[in-house]
Parts: sequence; structure tokens; C-alpha cells
Amino acid sequence: MCLAVPAEIIEIDRDANMAVVSLEGVRKQASLALLETASVGDFVLLHVGFALSIISPEEARKTLQMVDEACGPVTRNMPRPEQHKGDGDEVA
Amino acid sequence: MKWLDDFRDRDRAFALANQLAEEVQPDRSYHFMEFCGGHTHAIFRYGLQDLVPQTIRYLHGPGCPVCVLPASRVEMSIDLALNHEVILCTYGDVMRVPSRQNRSLITAKAAGADIRMVYSVSDCLRIARDNPAREVVFLAIGFETTTPPSAIGVLQAKQEKIDNFSILSNHLLTPSAINHILDLSSPEDGSTAPIDGFLGPAHVSAIIGSRPYQAIADEHQRPVVVAGFEPLDILQSTLMLVRQINEGRVAVENQYARVVTETGNIQAQNLVNKVFERRSSFEWRGLGAIARSGLCLRDDYASFDAERRFDLREHKINDVKGCKCPNILRGEMKPTDCKLFGTVCTPDNPRGACMVSSEGACAAYWSYGRHMAAA
Repeated sequence: MCLAVPAEIIEIDRDANMAVVSLEGVRKQASLALLETASVGDFVLLHVGFALSIISPEEARKTLQMVDEACGPVTRNMPRPEQHKGDGDEVA
Repeated sequence: MKWLDDFRDRDRAFALANQLAEEVQPDRSYHFMEFCGGHTHAIFRYGLQDLVPQTIRYLHGPGCPVCVLPASRVEMSIDLALNHEVILCTYGDVMRVPSRQNRSLITAKAAGADIRMVYSVSDCLRIARDNPAREVVFLAIGFETTTPPSAIGVLQAKQEKIDNFSILSNHLLTPSAINHILDLSSPEDGSTAPIDGFLGPAHVSAIIGSRPYQAIADEHQRPVVVAGFEPLDILQSTLMLVRQINEGRVAVENQYARVVTETGNIQAQNLVNKVFERRSSFEWRGLGAIARSGLCLRDDYASFDAERRFDLREHKINDVKGCKCPNILRGEMKPTDCKLFGTVCTPDNPRGACMVSSEGACAAYWSYGRHMAAA
């Protein structure tokens, strides 16, 4: 229900406070009424026709960096961790 | 898709799982409740329960507004659609929610009611403009994520004098529900599930910010990590919770910083506060009445309130007998512990809250075959 998808702002109609956004090339109308500012090129979270917030590219990069720092260098094509194949439900 | 694929990276997910295995303490277990249906769905879809160490268990919380919409509110909507001859517009998810005797909005539509599925409240306003001679009601449901658009719908209707538009509000507040669940959770006597920490709501927090969880963490002494909906988000947040517990810390941390700030979307909060106020109490399917957990329209917008406009009354309808949703929503039982699961209660014919929407724990168990693994 709270599903929201990242969409890129392509055009802005300031008078109507509406934008055209692109979801991987699929264009949709989105209301900007919940945002104080928004610019063409911003990625926003789209939910029931409204842009809820602007996605911060800087914070996204930092989060991925934190993952890498927590786990050490990530090896590509890593095998599935063997030790966790249990059902997990046994632990009550 | 940009900003999704990066957070679905298989190798990073495996690295996080390995890191979790290294950091969990062998002599204890970790029970984390993910509040949101979005998290529940992602945990099943990506098989995260099987990826993390066996000592970590995800408990599936009540954060699916479709699932927790009680039969009494569905019945009220059906009554409105059938007996007041309105055009009832709602989000698609709501259509199948069962009322008593397997009635739902779909069966009401089949019986001739004018019920229309919409993508946005804006579509409902358009239908109201196009049908000035008809009453058009927006059956609004959702948590804090979905409430701001409804507020804008009301404000726009007032501004444009769309007098045939009104809202039947079933908007809910998440912090009230988290508090309620933690009030019930008392690990000392062993009668209910211990909850060691919370994966905090993702898109709800985009609106309300991470700050409202501080009071919950302080009062109940449980760590909260606001987590995004992608698999890496959930695994990283799980690691953050494990670390807090291992270090004996209780804090609110924000893993989903690319979207969530401490204060949230102030503009959206102001719009919601302008239009809505808290009800004294609201009934949740499976959880019962929770004080100050629902929103209704303020007196200034009374003419847009369908409950007042059509003098609608809520009649209590008991949950289905034998249904274990209340225990499942509180993290005390698994779907497979319920006798109705997969027998009379299936996604095609849901009886209980957790089977209604794909975000419910039972529906996720069913859809991703966990019931077969457990058998």
C-alpha cells in the first residue's frame, strides 16, 4: 500500500504545480503539491500520483558506501552463503 | 530501475548476510518486527529470512492498511455504495477486503453498485467534476504516506467548490500501532512474543520523519532502525539492529537516509493537520480498537466528510472464528499455526486480515511457498 517508486522529473508546469515524470521511459503526470521545491532531473518518490520526496543521490551513495565499509570489499559472483540455509522458523 | 537496482545487488546482499553471521552472538536470538507490509513482502520475495542467520527471526507487523481495515468499515462502505447511490471511488487494493459473509466491494459492484477503482484522489475529483449530478465519495485508506494526497483532494475540492465530492476516511497512524504492539509485548511472562527491535516504516517516515520513533525507543527501550524497502536496505538495517543490541544501545537510526530525514516532509504534515484530526479511537482488524490511531476530517471540512454527510454508522462485526490474525499481527504466531491458513483462507478467498493483501504475512507465506517449506 505504501509502495512508491523512483521517477525522474522530465518537465514541470509551475502554474499547475504538476510534473511529467519518467519511470524507465514510461511517462506519467505527477502532482508536486507536497514538495517545496523540485527541479527537472530530480528523482522523486511517486505514490498515488503525488511526488512524496526527492531522493538524495548523495545519501544513496553514502548508504552503499556504509554497506561496503561494514562488510569489507564485496567480491563479485559470490556464492550463496551456505551457513544460513536453515528455515529460520525453528527459532521461536 | 535507477535507485532500485543498486539496492538489490546480490553480492552486497550475500556480503551483508555473511557479516550478520559473523556478528550475531551465538548464545541469543534476535526477534525483529518489520512494521510495514512493504518490508514483509520484500522479506518473502527475496528470501531474506533464509539468508540471515537462523538466530534472527523477522516478525511480521500490522503495517498494511488494507489488511487492518476492519469488516465494519468495509460494511459501511458497501452500505454507502448500495443504498445511497453514490459513485464510490477507491484504490484497487481495497476492493477484495472481506466483510461479513464474504461480502466485499467487488460483490457489491457485481450487485449493481457504482464502485470505481482509481489510481489517485485526482482521478476521483475528475469523476466528481464530470458527474455534477451524482455524489462522488473517495474511500480513503492508508497510513501517513497516503494521507497527504487525500488532504490535497479535500483542499482542492473546497477551492474549486466541487460540492458533490466527499471522503470516507480510514487513514491510520503508525506510531500509535507500534506503541500498542509494544504495550502488549511482555517477554518476562513468556505469554507474548518478545520483540527485540523494530525495522521502522520506510515511506511513512518520508512524511513523518524519523523523530516520532524516539519516544517509542525511549519508553519501550527497543531500538528502531528506519529501513528502506529493498533487500539491501532490510539486511543493512538488520545489521544496524544487531549491532545496537550487541552494544547494549537503544537508539533511533535511519538507514533510509536517501529519502527519510529527521523531520520529514513538513509541508505534507501541515496539509494533513489542516484537514484531518485524530479520532478518539479506531478499530483495526486483528488488533481491536487503538486509541488515537485514526484520522477523520476537521469540522471546517465537515461537508466533505462522507460519514457526516450520509449519517453513516459503524456496526461492530466480529472477526472470523478460528482466525489467528490477531496473534500473527502481534508476532506471536506464524501463519502456518492457523487452522484456516491454506484450507478455507487463501488469497482467492481471504478470511483474515493477513491474507487480504499481498503485503499480509499469510498471503506472502502462501505466494512464496513458505508454507511448503514449513510442512
